[in-house]
Amino acid sequence: MTSQAQTARKRRRSLSSRLYTWLTSMNLAIALLSILAIASVIGTVLQQNQPFNDYLIEFGPFWFEVFNTLGLYDVYSVGWFVAILLFLLASTSACLIRNTPGFMRDIRSFRLNAQDKSLRAFAHSRQYESGLPAATIVERTQGLFSQLGYKARVKEREGETLVAARKGGMNRIGYVLTHLGMVVILVGGLIDSKMYLKTLNMLGVVEVETRDLPVSQVPEESHLPPGALAGFRGSVNIPEGKWGDVAFIGLKDGYVVQNLPFKIEVNDFHIEHYDTGMPKSFNSDLTLTDKETGEVIEETIRVNHPLKYKGYNIFQSSFGDGGTELEFNAWQLFGDAGTKQALEGKINQERTFDFNGEKYTLEFRDFSLFNVNPTEGPDGNRENTNFGPSVTFRLRDAAGQAIEYENYFQPVEFDGTKYFLSGVTPEVGAQQQFLFIPADRNGSLETFMGFYATLKDRDEVTRIAADLVAQTPQGGQGGAAQSAAARSIADMVGTFVEQGFSALGEQVDRQLAERDMPPEMAEQARESSFRVVQSVLMRAFMETLQAQGIEEFTDQDADFFEKALDVVTVIPNYGSPIFVAPTGFNHIQSTGLEVTRAPGMFWVYLGSLMLTVGIFMLFYIHYRRLWVLIKPAGVNDDGQPTHHRVVVAGTDARKNIDFDQAFAQFSDELMRQTGSNDQNDASTTPDKG
Amino acid sequence: MSVPNEQMVNGYQPTSNLPSPRRVGLVDVLWTVAMLVIAGIGYVQYSESLDFYTTGTLFGTALGLGFLGWVWPATRWLVGIVAIISTYAVWQYNILGADGAIGRAALAEFQESTFLFKYFLSSTSATMWMVALYFLAIPTYFIATLARSTYGLKVGSALVWSGSVMGFVAFFSRWREGYLINLDYGHIPVSNLYEVFIVFAVFTALLYLYYEKRYNNRSLGGFVMLIIGIALAFLLWYQFDREAHVIEPLVPALNSWWMKIHVPANFVGYGTFAIAAMVGIAYLIKHKMGGDGPNDRLPKLSVMDDIQYKAIALGFAFFTIATILGAMWAAEAWGGYWSWDPKETWALIVWLNYAAWLHMRLTKGWRGPVMAWWSIGGLFITSFAFLGVNMFLSGLHSYGEL
Repeated sequence: MTSQAQTARKRRRSLSSRLYTWLTSMNLAIALLSILAIASVIGTVLQQNQPFNDYLIEFGPFWFEVFNTLGLYDVYSVGWFVAILLFLLASTSACLIRNTPGFMRDIRSFRLNAQDKSLRAFAHSRQYESGLPAATIVERTQGLFSQLGYKARVKEREGETLVAARKGGMNRIGYVLTHLGMVVILVGGLIDSKMYLKTLNMLGVVEVETRDLPVSQVPEESHLPPGALAGFRGSVNIPEGKWGDVAFIGLKDGYVVQNLPFKIEVNDFHIEHYDTGMPKSFNSDLTLTDKETGEVIEETIRVNHPLKYKGYNIFQSSFGDGGTELEFNAWQLFGDAGTKQALEGKINQERTFDFNGEKYTLEFRDFSLFNVNPTEGPDGNRENTNFGPSVTFRLRDAAGQAIEYENYFQPVEFDGTKYFLSGVTPEVGAQQQFLFIPADRNGSLETFMGFYATLKDRDEVTRIAADLVAQTPQGGQGGAAQSAAARSIADMVGTFVEQGFSALGEQVDRQLAERDMPPEMAEQARESSFRVVQSVLMRAFMETLQAQGIEEFTDQDADFFEKALDVVTVIPNYGSPIFVAPTGFNHIQSTGLEVTRAPGMFWVYLGSLMLTVGIFMLFYIHYRRLWVLIKPAGVNDDGQPTHHRVVVAGTDARKNIDFDQAFAQFSDELMRQTGSNDQNDASTTPDKG
Repeated sequence: MSVPNEQMVNGYQPTSNLPSPRRVGLVDVLWTVAMLVIAGIGYVQYSESLDFYTTGTLFGTALGLGFLGWVWPATRWLVGIVAIISTYAVWQYNILGADGAIGRAALAEFQESTFLFKYFLSSTSATMWMVALYFLAIPTYFIATLARSTYGLKVGSALVWSGSVMGFVAFFSRWREGYLINLDYGHIPVSNLYEVFIVFAVFTALLYLYYEKRYNNRSLGGFVMLIIGIALAFLLWYQFDREAHVIEPLVPALNSWWMKIHVPANFVGYGTFAIAAMVGIAYLIKHKMGGDGPNDRLPKLSVMDDIQYKAIALGFAFFTIATILGAMWAAEAWGGYWSWDPKETWALIVWLNYAAWLHMRLTKGWRGPVMAWWSIGGLFITSFAFLGVNMFLSGLHSYGEL
């Protein structure tokens, strides 16, 4: 063998041993703990696993790409993060491998080869002279040791005697347990992590599906057979009365489909409520059918009470609408105003319709059975009121613009009046505003819609205006002037209905300005114009009531009239050509289940147990050693020692102040028992450094 | 051997002067048995509403109190006095609720019209007593420390003990009051930020009292009570501005027996970390002022260093348990023992931080100002995990929102 080869091998050995030393160094361990802590912060600040589009909107295309490359959207399973964990695993394991054998030897050893000089150099060390024979000192030392719970050994060597004692060796076992516990936890966690799935994806075994498809249409490459993954966490939404046999696992910007060896049928989903309307529990009645054995299990799961079957766990995790069936009236607000059509719909479905040649899409998005809101009770106290069921839908025009509405089924009472509520959200993120349509005596929309239809009917308004003009003193002459007046009044009413009160005011002002009147007269004319419009509106309202067979006009009707006018003026801004008045529903919910398999859990729990036990052993068992060395210090004529020098020394692995005290107490007591006899003054020798 | 036997006998004094390690005595056994008997009575009375886990928690608590009494006999007085007062309060509430829940209004009326409850036993009054007594302890400790008044320091301790009694009374009253308002609402009061602030105050105070006794030094009381005072100032704001003291029913996710052990275990951790930080401050003040001297008001630097280590070690052990319990609970409730939820992740960060602290101290032997600064920094991290996560970050732990 050439010397070159030898040096090469030496260098290689020294490289690997250097690596090993580095891996087991405390600096690396501390650095890893810190890096892991800092890296962990990222995922708490940046919401994880959101749709990629949301990130794109939030960060813009440049940073979106940067963060995506760094894997920050799923940071806890990204390669570099897993690498930190693996490093920690390696470092902890290396420490264990390096230290454990030594520790195990150490806790069985009594260190009987401790020398005088080294003992005197200990931080905890004392010496004194004793006139007692060595055997007596040894005996008393042993007595004291056993009293203190130390295990001791005596060694006679060349004229001197060493009593060495130790206790708390379990402390070292604690070290092993804590660190082994961490290793076991990390291994268990890695078994259950997405690492394997990501590898499969990288190797092209599994493809990520990003489209929103029914399960049956998801290509085979994105399906995983049962058992393909040791551990996974997937989720699935199943409507009531339907079943599912897959779980979706989120990966990158899409998902993969994990096929399950059983079918989960959702018989019912139900929420129990507290009297405040707050949900008390979410429950799903499930029927699980094993595809292989045909075994059937029926169980109700709820939060904190999952169903466990053959290593799979099924959790209640969310809920949603599973396609509630709706019945509603579509009231026309424009065109043939006041007419309605009874229609049907379904949550998560769309309906298109044509209106005045425009194409609209009605997208039913959500149904909610309860809407408990804080309100002010009659005595001014805060109360919770249930507004009843509501349906949320979007109305999308041909240009793709959508307005979101939330319409309530039943009228809701505010300050003694009942209203049909329609919440309007003109754009995403905007504040919801409400349209309050007063309900009539029968609690229906008929009166308002009838009134509104009359107002929108130009001929009717003109007729009413003509009737009114005819009743005035100047009226009744008939002819062109009368009908012109009626038309002009109808114009004003039309402006009010189509454009609101301020538009009416502007129109009147414009007309008066054309006539060039003195200011007082103009003001008068202005007032009378409004009065006339008001009269027409009132007349129209009365006629609507009469058409409904109501003859008596009450205060309540006057109130209704006021409120109806408020609505009339805002309808032009409502944004929808129809008013959707929901009338009936068949509530169908869907339950969101989390389906998991976690074979690593056993290891995680085992590791946790080791860690916990280990920590207590590490902190609360003191690993201590004491030595008492007895050396002859004077010899009589027979060669027998006349007195002895006693060296007491001790160590505690923890170097806490407890041991200062414990050592002082021990050495004081030992000195008291063995130091002062015929030599009397036992004292610490001053020569100790 | 030349030494005569007699001499050996005369010279040998077999009675040792060593302080004997605390052994289990008759009182300890009797106390533990008493705790178990009381738990047994409770079990017999209410066995139909206790499941396996709650039964375990009940007897586990009894054993725990037995052990605590052995480690720290003074707690027996605390347990006894709290038991007497709380039993009376609960007994009165039981009479009131003999026919089931009576509702918020009727409960408020009872508390208003009954002297003892109005001023003492209702959970809100008892909480106020606790707050007042703890607040009072702060200046008492500081002034007594400055004046070197042993008597004043003892008064400080007495205030903290009394405040702790009232804190527990408030705790048990509140527990019962929930069921009086509505049987569905009742739950152990550790479910929201208001309730856990009381737990934090009482746990921290008690842990401090333990160290006070253990190191036979009361001069750190002002520092520790200061952080409790800050927490309680927040509690008062939270109560008066946000009406957080109103008992609300549990959200479904919290409706689990795990809450009973997960939350208290966490607060042993938070409490000790807070103590370590406050002792760290005292340490730095003394260090700045020239360190140990012959006439010190504060404990020796090495002692304060040691208290920090002891507190962090105990806290770390309990925080580990709490986090593991949290993981086990999450496995039952959310479908996975670890979801990297912000609260979980911050718990890990806190854990890693103190793990690093302990490694530095135990393995590298670090001491002194650096470790004191680190203890203080640790409290900031802990506070963020405790409060900041709920305030600023979204996640599954969304119960303690402000």
